[in-house]
Amino acid sequence: MIENEWLFLIYLLAGCLFILSIRGLSSPQTASRGNWLGMAGMLLAVDGTLLALPAQNHLLIFAALLSGGVVGLIGGLKVKITALPQMIAILNGLGGLSSALIGLAEILDGNANVYEVSVALFVGGAACSGSLVAFGKLQSILGAKFGRFPLQNFFNILISIGLLCTWIFFITHPSFFNATILLCAALAWGVLIILPIGGADMPIIIAVLNACSGWAAAGIGFSLANVALIMTGALVGAGGTILAFVMTKAMNRSLWAVMFTRLSDKTGALDSGEHEAKSGSPIDAAFILQNAHKVIIVPGYGMAVAQAQHILQTMASILSKKYNVEVKFAIHPVAGRMPGHMNVLLAEANVPYEDVYALENINREFASADAAYVIGANDITNPIARTDPASPLYGMPVLDVGKAKTVFFVKRSLNSGYAGVENPLFYAPNTVMLYGDAKKVTEEIVEVLERS
Amino acid sequence: MILWFSLTVFVLSCFIGYFVVWGVTPALHAPLMSVSNAISGIVIIGALMTAAYADSEKTEALSLAAVFLASVNIFGGFAVSQRMLGLFKKKDKK
Repeated sequence: MIENEWLFLIYLLAGCLFILSIRGLSSPQTASRGNWLGMAGMLLAVDGTLLALPAQNHLLIFAALLSGGVVGLIGGLKVKITALPQMIAILNGLGGLSSALIGLAEILDGNANVYEVSVALFVGGAACSGSLVAFGKLQSILGAKFGRFPLQNFFNILISIGLLCTWIFFITHPSFFNATILLCAALAWGVLIILPIGGADMPIIIAVLNACSGWAAAGIGFSLANVALIMTGALVGAGGTILAFVMTKAMNRSLWAVMFTRLSDKTGALDSGEHEAKSGSPIDAAFILQNAHKVIIVPGYGMAVAQAQHILQTMASILSKKYNVEVKFAIHPVAGRMPGHMNVLLAEANVPYEDVYALENINREFASADAAYVIGANDITNPIARTDPASPLYGMPVLDVGKAKTVFFVKRSLNSGYAGVENPLFYAPNTVMLYGDAKKVTEEIVEVLERS
Repeated sequence: MILWFSLTVFVLSCFIGYFVVWGVTPALHAPLMSVSNAISGIVIIGALMTAAYADSEKTEALSLAAVFLASVNIFGGFAVSQRMLGLFKKKDKK
């Protein structure tokens, strides 16, 4: 326990800086300043704590602090922008594990409140192993459907009950050994719960794991009676939870459904045999695009995989500069593998922030657009979400690309998306399929546009 | 007594988190993840305290490991955020 009163003041100041830091993210102009405020808050809190501590093992502490800092900095600066979802997942995991280890240390010292520490052990442990699994999925070490087996939900409920039992056992018989068992159970639980989840549900999982690392920190804060930890942990926990809810709302699924139902178990019920999808060449596409007044580009995870954002930006700027076409980008909230994934990639490719629109701001404009260019996206454009109550997509807000005069789908094949639901738009009379790799197709269009 | 005090801080902070995050523009949700991730590295304070007041070597080792992990989290998180936000800023000037 720390008695210095000035330290409370420092913590309060740090807490305010953290709030302002997140507040800064309300617009791109203030966002960078927000990040600096966050760093300043962290510096204050850590330095204040170091000054207030007895100086018996400062050297070791500094060594741990510095080596961690070096590892983090190198990782953070070296990681490719395309690998950001994985990076964020792994960092979440480390934060969770850190909380869990502190919990263990407190139990070992024997002066901890069992309830509060158990929260850190349980939430931190689950966040850690869950994040590692999420990392494996995002890095494609584990396939999207890897780790699914029959009766999985039943098994997971069983495991959850088992975890609850170990938790109760730990509360009633607190010891270091039992704490380790609880941590192991939490780790196993995190793996089993996250393992079957993949693909388009990833943004939600990332947000949930982020929230968990916050809640775990708050748990440690309670047991150490440390205001800074409680305040910040709650801030991050609540923030991550809200974000998860924003994402689930954008998919019209509940968090429960994301965790425990598998969309791809179902297959599409659409009879595709009768109609034929029309395919076109990049030359046709270039012709229609250059003669359009307004083109709306809809990127999806396929763009990220193909690394097509740079060539896409080139196409957009040629269209607007050379052919005077009004080009806009439409982003669905759950496009990609983490919240805001598409926005980062487009920003990397220097697409102006003002040209990028969120779903609710652009959906009306498809009706007045001459062409929609859907690149590597599928489920988020599926009109079945509006019309077919039996579809797993039903109720999910989608981008109305079908209302544009011509719709281009850049896709490898007619295969259905993550949700396993066929997209009737592929067979619509105003749809042209451009088969192939997202980057290659766009490159070919750009070539034609540059030539003519 | 201290529990009620903590609980008050906790609940009020949840409300702040709720409102502040609603104000974040969807375009910046990815940086929001990494900034809040870096901020959650505040557990390092807990790790520093348990490390400094450790009764045994085992506790010390656990706490130092926690310090290391939280430090990676903090530095990595802020570095990633800075890079991401740099991307958004670059074309703002253009």
